[in-house]
Amino acid sequence: MLLEKLTTACGLPGFEDEVRDIIKEELEGHVESMKVDRIGNLIVVKKGKNDSPHIVLSAHMDEVGLCIKGIEKDGTMKFASWGVDPRLLPSMHVFVGKGKIKGVIGNKPIHLQKEAERTQVYDIDAMYIDIGCDSKEEAEKLVNKGDFVAFDSKYTEFGENKIKAKALDDRVGCAAIIELLKMDLPMNITGIFCVQEEVGLKGSAVASKSLNADLVINIEGTICADMEGVDEHERVTNQGAGPCLSLMDMTSVYLKKYLEAIVKVAEDEKIPYQYRGTGMGGTDAGSYHTGGDGIPCIGIAVPCRYIHSPVSVMHKNDYDNLVKLIEAFIKKGVERVIG
Amino acid sequence: MNIEFLKKLCVANGTSGHEHAISEIIRDEIKDLVDDVKTDALGNLIAHKKGPGKKMMLAGHMDQIGLMITHIDEEGFLRFAPIGGFSPTVLLSQRFVFPSGLVGVVGCERLDKPADIAIGKLYLDIGAKDEEAAKKLVKVGDVCVYVNPFAVNGDVVVTPALDDRIGCFIMIEALKKIKKSAFDLYFVFTSQEEVGLRGAKTSAYSIDPDYGLAFDVTASGDTPKSLPMPMKMYGGAAIKLKDNSVICHPTIVKHLEKCAEEGKIKYQYEILEMGGTDSGAIHVSRGGVPSGVISIASRHIHTPNEMCAISDIEACIALTVKALETEIK
Repeated sequence: MLLEKLTTACGLPGFEDEVRDIIKEELEGHVESMKVDRIGNLIVVKKGKNDSPHIVLSAHMDEVGLCIKGIEKDGTMKFASWGVDPRLLPSMHVFVGKGKIKGVIGNKPIHLQKEAERTQVYDIDAMYIDIGCDSKEEAEKLVNKGDFVAFDSKYTEFGENKIKAKALDDRVGCAAIIELLKMDLPMNITGIFCVQEEVGLKGSAVASKSLNADLVINIEGTICADMEGVDEHERVTNQGAGPCLSLMDMTSVYLKKYLEAIVKVAEDEKIPYQYRGTGMGGTDAGSYHTGGDGIPCIGIAVPCRYIHSPVSVMHKNDYDNLVKLIEAFIKKGVERVIG
Repeated sequence: MNIEFLKKLCVANGTSGHEHAISEIIRDEIKDLVDDVKTDALGNLIAHKKGPGKKMMLAGHMDQIGLMITHIDEEGFLRFAPIGGFSPTVLLSQRFVFPSGLVGVVGCERLDKPADIAIGKLYLDIGAKDEEAAKKLVKVGDVCVYVNPFAVNGDVVVTPALDDRIGCFIMIEALKKIKKSAFDLYFVFTSQEEVGLRGAKTSAYSIDPDYGLAFDVTASGDTPKSLPMPMKMYGGAAIKLKDNSVICHPTIVKHLEKCAEEGKIKYQYEILEMGGTDSGAIHVSRGGVPSGVISIASRHIHTPNEMCAISDIEACIALTVKALETEIK
């Protein structure tokens, strides 16, 4: 299954090759052209009728994770973090580097912890990755400084239509674009699979420079805190309530005209949707709407519980409804707002 | 000075991304004074007044800070996300108004101690009986701004949205007064400045100007025990040297100094250790654009009580006219 394949692949910022290769393979024969730009974005083009609007579908290929900073004499490794909550790290299973060397993140045993240490969050510099080597020399045969470290977490389907995986943010977006590009849609569509979103929208900053598009639909996995004990107004999104439409975040204020147009399609087609109830976070739409002379953007996402962790959980219906809504919008809504 | 028009601009409702009402007022006021006027994808209003010489882009932002509704609860209370810079202590107990005219007041959850105040603990109360009643009046995604009691108080104006309707006002009044422009002029009334200079970024890209000149409020260092700053209310037009978004280009700074001296216009320097304005985006557009800023020293910025001196507004208008009629050598 596509989402399983995509989330099993590792693609830390700057190391998106494995994910990119899967996408290329999936899209072979479904698009007119594919190119990889100098920073690593995969840009695919599927032509529609000549005078039809030009829509960009964008998602990012990279995921959060760690990076090897140094190898110690005893064969353990120090690391830096790309957007991971340090409280999640102790006892985590990881893959190191392209060889996907198995490792664990070690921690001082509870028996030896002092009273104060038991209530503290370990500093990232006090933790280390253990790949089972006994010396620096042995470890250096397997890993290098600068290697990426990805979560080792198996894609699992459980409950009623729920999926647990790492990197749902934003392989859900990549999967959705692949599905949409395999359909017969009546527009000129460019699919952009960006690199380095998690480290500050770097890939989209480059991709947005040379775009001549009417509209960007940016597809994401986003925050979902619909758990017991969280006040309703702080939940951001609710699982199973449909794809969520962005109102505003730290990088964009989404223009009302386009938001209303997609909401109308959702209501006409009876596709569930919800709003993303926060102004926090940021997405590649931040680059697109301010790139060049500015391209309007719609932000749409699948709610993901425990996002940025090895155990993100999503509802498959939200994903299916997201694809359905974008498909319906492209077929029935776009021409009402463009041209 | 045309106080009535300034009032019209200031009381209009337009936060970032929702500048339409402001844009309409400005378009009506200037359309006969320029050769072409258009609105771009991000809502910037771009007016071109053809002239000789190099391209000069003038920028004043239309948007003001505001709130966006993110949630409506079962009791009919609203939660919100701030659009632009707000402090929770300033927000508490303020009145906000939606474009529909609906007014809400900011309340706070019970606090154990005053220092616990945070934007997440605040809500907007529109007095609705319940969720259903609230949803008839307002929906998630709607925006609102400070209620606006515009006042002229002797020598000063006091109003919300002075930031930056005053910049728009100075540009418009200067446009009305210019006799012979030394530049090919683009008056840009920008969108989304308060959330990160976004409108200025795209409009600077499309115009590709040779020079940039922004108009905005700046802080004033003349209130009791304020941060020491050289800018003072009644100090004249402020020529910006730096803020956190731009170090003003010496070409523009010297041009403004020379124009102020020659025109005997009262001026002061602005050195701001925080914040930024549209020139921050313009000067790094494409291959780089020498840019400066004419600022107006204002008190109580980002509160409902933004205040500036009428004599400073007049000095800014006079300096702008002189700067646009004088060639940059």
